[in-house]
Amino acid sequence: MNPEYLTALILGGLTRGSIYALIALGYTMVYGIIQLINFAHGEIYMIGAFTGLIVSTVLTMHGMPGFGVVFFAAAAAIIYACCYGYTLEKIAYKPLRHAPRLSVLISAIGMSLFFQNYVLLAQTSNFLPFPGLIPDFEFWKPYSHVMSATELVIIVTTAIVMVLLTLLIKFTRIGKAMRATSQDKIMASLLGINVNQIISITFIVGSATAAIGGLLIASHTGQINAYMGFLVGIKAFVAAVLGGIGSIPGAVLGAFVLGLSESVFTGYVSSDYEDVFAFLILVLILIFRPSGILGRDQTQKV
Amino acid sequence: MLELKNIQTRYGKIQALKGISMHADPGEIICLIGANGAGKSTVLMTICGITPASRGDIFFKGKNVTHMAPEKIVSLGISQVPEGRRIFPYLTVMENLDMGTFLRKDTKQIKKDLDYVFHLFPILAQRRHQPGGTLSGGEQQMLAISRAIMSRPELLLLDEPSLGLAPMITRQIFDIIRKINQENRTTIVLAAQNANLALKLADRGYVMETGTITLTDTGKHLLANEAVKTAYLGI
Ligand SMILES: Nc1ncnc2c1ncn2[C@@H]1O[C@H](COP(=O)(O)OP(=O)(O)O)[C@@H](O)[C@H]1O
Ligand SMILES: [Mg+2]
Repeated sequence: MNPEYLTALILGGLTRGSIYALIALGYTMVYGIIQLINFAHGEIYMIGAFTGLIVSTVLTMHGMPGFGVVFFAAAAAIIYACCYGYTLEKIAYKPLRHAPRLSVLISAIGMSLFFQNYVLLAQTSNFLPFPGLIPDFEFWKPYSHVMSATELVIIVTTAIVMVLLTLLIKFTRIGKAMRATSQDKIMASLLGINVNQIISITFIVGSATAAIGGLLIASHTGQINAYMGFLVGIKAFVAAVLGGIGSIPGAVLGAFVLGLSESVFTGYVSSDYEDVFAFLILVLILIFRPSGILGRDQTQKV
Repeated sequence: MLELKNIQTRYGKIQALKGISMHADPGEIICLIGANGAGKSTVLMTICGITPASRGDIFFKGKNVTHMAPEKIVSLGISQVPEGRRIFPYLTVMENLDMGTFLRKDTKQIKKDLDYVFHLFPILAQRRHQPGGTLSGGEQQMLAISRAIMSRPELLLLDEPSLGLAPMITRQIFDIIRKINQENRTTIVLAAQNANLALKLADRGYVMETGTITLTDTGKHLLANEAVKTAYLGI
């Protein structure tokens, strides 16, 4: 066993895991608060990447220096994705708040297809090249043979997002209200919490992290298309289920377990079945531990 | 303070309230008695806008709140300790109390109120870092009442505060309800199947049967009423 090879696989797995984690958070938070699998979440991530591409292309054309481009592209992608996430909930889910779950699920799948086709029409069905937004930092040069600067940025950004989100959920007034709402909506409104507002905030936060994930993975792989949200979205969903859907630490843990095992599996066994692997894991969890690694039970949420 | 005029509430096809009129004056303790399923909980939930009235009007402090959202209604100064307590099971005791202050900004007074509830129920101070779901039934009831006190209501609605509790804890809780009423002039509406203690505590009472009010009088008179005695006091 070659230790350098294994290290590379592990770092690759951490990078994947980070991306899955950023997306899985959106699934798990939304599930925690309204018990809905938001199938259009992967498309929010795709829209984030497209926004980043458009904004960075325009700004680069106008000669803006690299750091400015990254900043404005990220800001635009996040804001745009949040607007989509917010509107998605208002038009496709809120009117169905008291409808049977199946109706909401169908609405979610419909919105997912709608977003894909909307981007197909408005943009293109082809893969578009995505600029490497992240420069090869001078200080990172000595280590870049082990891990690229982009991978470093992915892992560090994810870590920062996780810490901020944990602080938000654990200690702020809004975070506590989110947890309370996920546990008992009627009691939450009896205490003066505007439940609809909390649900909107949840969609906004989830969309923001998804947009960050979309930008990061796009600058990593160097290309995007309208279907990019689908596969990563499904895998992030698997990660959320693996960790225990509804649980935030669960989603992060599930994402890293999935990312690492995928990476090691493709590195040592076969890369042909890379995408099947996630589904295999999904089937196994659903059989042996439906509540996931950290899921307490069916009622445990956010 | 509170007035309900001919309130009707339905759950789909079931009409749970068939025209309820009642009122509570400032500083009064009112009790609603009636058998299981009479509609007591529905009255309290309708006041708070959780199950909005389909007909009739509700006034709180002179303001028509019938069609307002729950969070707007409670922000006017109403707090409810609902049936089954509804403690947030995965929030700590402290966080549950924090949620009671969600609409408040007066940090200093909040600190004092926290000391006050910990003084009322020292056990909660001991358990402050424990998840709410791990408390015993009596402790959860204390926490539910404390959470309501933390929102400093002018009107406190209590639904079955003694259901499933040992007699000693029940008595303690009723003492504290009286204390809250006397110290802060908080108006109280209390729903109870166990009518005895409730009627002793209350200034006035309403007797409910299948969605209507069949009788209303002072607590004392209701306690002495033969029909009430046989139906609700088990005498
Ligand atoms: N969520 C609900 N859905 C349908 N019917 C309900 C619901 N809650 C209460 N009811 C019905 O409304 C009536 C009044 O119930 P409730 O207000 O809980 O009475 P009480 O508190 O006096 O026991 C009962 O017939 C009950 O079955
Ligand atoms: Mg009841």
